Amino acid sequence: MGIGVSVDGGDGPEVTTPAAGSPPVVLAGDSPSPAASQLPTTATSGRRKVPISDPSAPAGGPGIVRRTLAGMSVPMSAFVTALALFGVFILMTGHNPFAVYYQMYRGSFGTWFSFQNTLLRAAPLMLTALATALPLRLGLVGLGGEGAMVMGGLAAAAASMAAHNHGPTGIKVAMLVAGALMGGLWIAFAGALRAYRGVNETISTLLLNYIAIALLNHIVEGPLRDPASLNKPSTPPIGDENMLGNLPGLDVHWGLAFGLVACAITWFLMNRTTFGFAARMVGGNVRAALLNGLPVGRLIVITTFIGGLCAGLAGGIEVAAIHGTANASLVTGYGYTGVLVAFIARGNPLAVIPVALILGGIGASGGLLQRLFDLPDATVNVLQGILFISILFSETFYGRGFGFLRRNRRPPATAAADKPAVVVI
Amino acid sequence: MRRAMISFVSLTVAASAVAIVAVATGLSPSATAAPPLTVGFIYVGPKTDYGYNQAHAQGAAAVAKMPGVKIREEEMVPETVAVQKTMESMISLDGATLIFPTSFGYFDPHILKEAQKNKSVTFLHCGGLYVPGKHPENVGSYFGYIDEAEYVAGIVAALTSKTGKLGFIGAKPIPQVLRNINSYTLGARSVNPKVTTTVIFTGDWSMPVKEAEAANSLIDQGVDVLTAHVDSPKVIVELAERRGAFVTGYHANQAALAPKGYLTGAEWNWAKVYTDYIKDIQTGKTYPHLLRGGLKEGFVSVSPYGKAVSAATKKKADDAKAKFMAGTMVIYKGPLKDNTGAVVIADGVERRQTDVELEKMDYLVEGVVGKTH
Repeated sequence: MGIGVSVDGGDGPEVTTPAAGSPPVVLAGDSPSPAASQLPTTATSGRRKVPISDPSAPAGGPGIVRRTLAGMSVPMSAFVTALALFGVFILMTGHNPFAVYYQMYRGSFGTWFSFQNTLLRAAPLMLTALATALPLRLGLVGLGGEGAMVMGGLAAAAASMAAHNHGPTGIKVAMLVAGALMGGLWIAFAGALRAYRGVNETISTLLLNYIAIALLNHIVEGPLRDPASLNKPSTPPIGDENMLGNLPGLDVHWGLAFGLVACAITWFLMNRTTFGFAARMVGGNVRAALLNGLPVGRLIVITTFIGGLCAGLAGGIEVAAIHGTANASLVTGYGYTGVLVAFIARGNPLAVIPVALILGGIGASGGLLQRLFDLPDATVNVLQGILFISILFSETFYGRGFGFLRRNRRPPATAAADKPAVVVI
Repeated sequence: MRRAMISFVSLTVAASAVAIVAVATGLSPSATAAPPLTVGFIYVGPKTDYGYNQAHAQGAAAVAKMPGVKIREEEMVPETVAVQKTMESMISLDGATLIFPTSFGYFDPHILKEAQKNKSVTFLHCGGLYVPGKHPENVGSYFGYIDEAEYVAGIVAALTSKTGKLGFIGAKPIPQVLRNINSYTLGARSVNPKVTTTVIFTGDWSMPVKEAEAANSLIDQGVDVLTAHVDSPKVIVELAERRGAFVTGYHANQAALAPKGYLTGAEWNWAKVYTDYIKDIQTGKTYPHLLRGGLKEGFVSVSPYGKAVSAATKKKADDAKAKFMAGTMVIYKGPLKDNTGAVVIADGVERRQTDVELEKMDYLVEGVVGKTH
């Protein structure tokens, strides 16, 4: 059938894709159309070796410095190009691009106040990005961070009411656990639909966002409404003593610590455990994974659950650290910016951290651009858009020009057949 | 292979070169001396939305013309920690000592938190209910009884309508919206008791697609005068004009969007409120912490009547307006029934505008077709 798996020591296992001309493998319960249409178009010529390992993941050995530099050079060039193109745009609005760059720097990283502002904005992005980044490793494109975050916030507010006589620590723990679990279940639902019913996860997670917002509005305006919240329907306030405070010495709440730790843990999980290896194998070649007896369905559900856990936690933190109640203000768009972060980070949880900081910084500097240059709010969206396209475009330069840069392809996972859960690695 | 990389690098270089040329020929950043009073304005949506935010931006524009005052504006600031950071940034980077965060959702917890942190800065908020002792001393809240202008608009609508059916598109069934619907209907039925107002709630403040659907559906049901309480009635006003229906505006003057069908509208006059506040602060007077006013105080106004409004209608509307200006008009007085038949204000009871009971309104009066939830 043209499917073969070889595992070697050097750069990690290499999985070959089907040979040219061989018909697509249709698995039990497979929905052929998305799988066929999403297969990489260039993978049809001859037998081609596709590495599963991420080029940005350190592989150890003497090549690590060269590999890291090479891995950084392409995105950095893309970043500089994006800034330059943005400069042209600024020029067209009649302003001096360098004055704008300087103010952006001042508004995002230039002062201690600005840097903390950036950290504060980056914290929820790290968590919501993981909801997209982890499934990306399995070849799934999920957009559900926004919905998971909203549901997590709602669950956290409900938990604060249920746990009201367990003391401040009990309430805080209940809020974060409930928020995370709710978010996890929310995305895992889309994952299960993908794994067992063949429902396209991109569409289902997107639609689940709208359902989550509608549910939030319904519940805060109905069953859980605090009668005292007249013109802004909200759940009862959780109380100042039950709120998450700031990190010691910083004007940034604990969400930042949760974000950093979550990125580190999920990176370890995806890059240093058999679970992560199996998951990336599914992303590399789902058929090969199935032939090796990997429990693809279960891997999809668990990975989407962990991703949702992070986004739900972001919602719980919004309620516990900022709003002190759940209401329509929870719909922030952090979930969608998180998708941007995950794609720019190419699904690598550790890369999520610097990318979230850059996008957080762009957001933090947006206000200054409006107030000093009278530029419209959309200016920073233009920069985000240019950056996104520039970085995605730059990916076509991997594997060209530098022999040591390898392209990282991940065909989408397809629906899984129920195979025995034997991981033969 | 290598050529691809080189062309990518050269693209980068070329783009940078363009940027450098930009500096050589471009404008230098403007630098002006610090004025005595820097005032910050924060909006939740775009400044040019033909609605809630534009009304506030017009107020800010009036402030900008005052001597010794400099304004800083920021739009599209969500009701999250972002608004706290915008306030802090206005204070620490722009030197603002007075801030008008204009969206309702900025108050609790964001303004309250920043007011605790920055005792020397004054925060004046639109819509909140300031409670002495509970809220910080450097906070104030202001709002206008815009339902007085809605009452007058209701009179114009009822007398211009041919079908006797008015349509109201509201965001959420909260007290401020319900009060506008009720005052509009009471105004309409004061001149024609057979008139009804059909209400559709869209569920959120800015839902242009749903607003358009609601407007179409109301017109299809025979409604010939539309009005709305959403952040920006732009879509509804334009759609009514296109379909040949009449419309009364809200927040700001939307006559330019519907030259034929725009009858009148309920407008904010924040310029009056903001310039008064700043005069108080500049002269060192104590400003009111809880400020409310209607037509008489100049906080709200009625848009100039459109072409379709007859002379007799104008007279009736002007009579009602004169009563508001004289302070003799009471909109909410018993006996008043809601649209399920229950008595909500008993016979002989008068609820004047300042009555806080009205700020908890949870019913739709008789003559309104719709439900509060």
